[in-house]
Amino acid sequence: MKDASAQLAAENAPALAIDVRNITVTYPNGNVALRDASLHLEAGTICALVGVNGSGKSTLFKSIMGFVKPTRGAVEIGGRPVREAQRQNLVAYVPQSEEVDWTFPVSVWDVVMMGRYGYMNFLRIARAEDRHVAEESLARVNMLEFRDRQIGELSGGQKKRVFLARALAQKARVILLDEPFTGVDVKTEEAIVELLRALRREGHLMLVSTHNLGSVPEFCDQVALVNRTVLAAGPTAEVFTEDNLSAAFGGVLRHFRFDESTIQKHDGRAITVLTDDERPLVFGKGGHLEYSQRSRHEKVVKERAEEPDDE
Amino acid sequence: MIDALLVPLHYEYMVKAILVSGLIGGVCAFLSCFVTLKGWSLMGDALSHSVVPGVAVAYIVGLPFAAGAFATGLVAALGMGLIKTKTALREDAVIGVVFTSFFALGLLLISLFPSSVDLRTIIFGNILGIADPDIWQIVIISAVTLGVLGLKWRDLLLFCFDPNQARALGLNVRLLHFLLLTLLSATAVAALQTVGACLVVAMLVTPGATAYLLTDRFSTMLKLAASMGVGTSLIGAYVSYFFDGSTGGCIVTLQSLLFVLALVFAPKHGLLAARALRRSLS
Amino acid sequence: MIEKLLEPFQFPFMQDAMLAGAVVAAVCAVLSCYLVLKGWSLMGDAISHAVLPGIVIAYALGAPLALGAFFSGLFCAVSTGFIKANSRIKEDTVMGVVFTGLFAFGLVLFTKVKSDLHLDHILFGNILGIEPRDLKEMLWIGGGTLAIVLALRKDLLLFCFDPSHARTIGLRTNFLYYLLLSLLAATIVASLKAVGIILVIAMLVTPGCVGFLFADRFGPMLAIASVGAVFSAVAGVYVSFFINGSTAACIVLVQTLLFIVALLFAPKRGLLTRRTVPLATQGS
Repeated sequence: MKDASAQLAAENAPALAIDVRNITVTYPNGNVALRDASLHLEAGTICALVGVNGSGKSTLFKSIMGFVKPTRGAVEIGGRPVREAQRQNLVAYVPQSEEVDWTFPVSVWDVVMMGRYGYMNFLRIARAEDRHVAEESLARVNMLEFRDRQIGELSGGQKKRVFLARALAQKARVILLDEPFTGVDVKTEEAIVELLRALRREGHLMLVSTHNLGSVPEFCDQVALVNRTVLAAGPTAEVFTEDNLSAAFGGVLRHFRFDESTIQKHDGRAITVLTDDERPLVFGKGGHLEYSQRSRHEKVVKERAEEPDDE
Repeated sequence: MIDALLVPLHYEYMVKAILVSGLIGGVCAFLSCFVTLKGWSLMGDALSHSVVPGVAVAYIVGLPFAAGAFATGLVAALGMGLIKTKTALREDAVIGVVFTSFFALGLLLISLFPSSVDLRTIIFGNILGIADPDIWQIVIISAVTLGVLGLKWRDLLLFCFDPNQARALGLNVRLLHFLLLTLLSATAVAALQTVGACLVVAMLVTPGATAYLLTDRFSTMLKLAASMGVGTSLIGAYVSYFFDGSTGGCIVTLQSLLFVLALVFAPKHGLLAARALRRSLS
Repeated sequence: MIEKLLEPFQFPFMQDAMLAGAVVAAVCAVLSCYLVLKGWSLMGDAISHAVLPGIVIAYALGAPLALGAFFSGLFCAVSTGFIKANSRIKEDTVMGVVFTGLFAFGLVLFTKVKSDLHLDHILFGNILGIEPRDLKEMLWIGGGTLAIVLALRKDLLLFCFDPSHARTIGLRTNFLYYLLLSLLAATIVASLKAVGIILVIAMLVTPGCVGFLFADRFGPMLAIASVGAVFSAVAGVYVSFFINGSTAACIVLVQTLLFIVALLFAPKRGLLTRRTVPLATQGS
């Protein structure tokens, strides 16, 4: 009975979308963090939100989550104002690790159950269904066996997965992830990416705020570039280009041009590495460490060029 | 009318009280600039309460009050530091536990030896009835504090603003930390005489906060705070003659009034100025 | 010998004092758990001092003192929030300025308003002079506060732990913020007659710390904090009978002893008993 009505409700519900319409956000101290920013995202998408610190990226994120009220413009989720969307458990938020107090006396189970509060009565008494959903969510992220651990006793990757489980338990169609890959080992990163892909197949809408530029083309089908406004948004292949990024963050991103690099066999090609992070470590042919002898760079390139081909 | 206003100045005890208050007010205000920038307002509150058992013991045993107060103040500060580093307890909770425990201990001692020390003196200060030996202690503390601050204020400023940079420059950050804590304890002990344990923190915080609203330059902040500290203490002590001796209350009320005025009317950082700025931007 | 030890329990004023102490301790302990986790220890300090002008003004107006205290305390919290949001001064400094300003103002008012209030009683409580009327007031306010906290305990905990998530699932975090503040003010008002302004802070911080050190789930934390606090209250009143010292101080010092015990011997976090808990390494 419940399933039928739920299905009916789902069919009659407005199409799931995030709609940011020309929002301007001004902070009390006069700082205009965002001006005329617009973004439209539909279900079945993973969109990366990209921007350097101070670009207004987190402000945009907070506006979508309803933590910050735009001075102008509006944000709608699922066709309704954010406040209403929150009450209908449409949105879930996976926080950065730094924002969580890991000494808090709560267990993994407690945290995941917090995702169900929106479905419980005001005394927050858990029903069988809540427990079932919580177990399911924990199992999906492979954390069920840690359900009774206090959250501070987990590794970085495990901590991240607990909060993912909480978002899953909330059964929200829209999931907002804030820097999900910081402090997380490669295996967990892969697991998270896999999970996000599966959720996308199921019709969820995910917005990922990230500095991890290299990972974006791997699993994000859309990208939004933010610098005081949304400079460009759309399919990754179209938007996430070298030109766009340079224009959006020119001078702020590290920009390494490996002209006639020793990486390639000097076939006249150059590669460019853009990173929002620390300087990357680059190894060339035969383990040669790039930039270790910067002053002799010219000489080394010439030497390499004169080496016989060994294809 | 003028005669009525000049009455307090006829009494030697009043003149002493007014001058000593002015001195302490100025010293505390000077220090308050560092305290507010370092974020040690709660620490100031804690130290002023933590010195109570030391003062009580000193009176009971017959030692100078400053020595006793200083000792327990330092023990409390060390205890707080130790507990904070060794447990997951948050800093404010640790400070709360330690200073309330010390204060309770002081209260207990006073209740057990009521003849040796008057509770009122410690809680409210007793500047109007201050004895000469105590005045000397205060003058010495003030002189030493001002001396140290006068010599070391730049280093202390850097320490408050950016301890990592201070360390990078080769300054002994540990020493500066200890120094500031010591100065704080010492002035808290001196201010105890004027306004009592509960209001010492006001003397060590409010002038600095007010000056912070009025200027962006630290040297100006120091001057403003010091003058406000001296002024409010002089006037407050004077006025308390007409208010049944609630000297601490008068002084701190005046300081708070100045704060409110600055909050609303400060040229750049006040509420009215901020509102005008928002209007011009949007 | 046994008779000597049982003597305190025979006097009605002692029984009332122990009951009052226990009630106050229990309510404060429960609230203390939330305050310690939320980082509101200083807030408790501030509100407890800020009630003074409210009490004096209420007396002058002929209104119930509890009401004056309550609104005065709330005013302190709200104005602190307002100033913090609208100026560049940091929160702990704002709090220091506001509560001491209010407390000083209260002192000045007190000297000017003719009253039969005893400043000593307001500051340090008067637990040995508790009257049935006071006890009733304490039970009503304390009981009401406890009921609300226990009913909304999960939402309040979530609010302390992760206000962002609370907002995301549609909880009214503003409401919870003011609710917690009001509960704090109400608790302080209820505790005034027993331990007074100055020492209620101890009751609002130490039990929570004791609970935190002993437990790593919230339920046990609440239980340990409450039991410890009630024990401290009764023991403190009892001991003060024999040594003839300040009762409120004795209560606080017993709590301090419990804290030291917790600090040294708590199962997972105690300084002498802790072992490094191995991180979960499977399936990382």
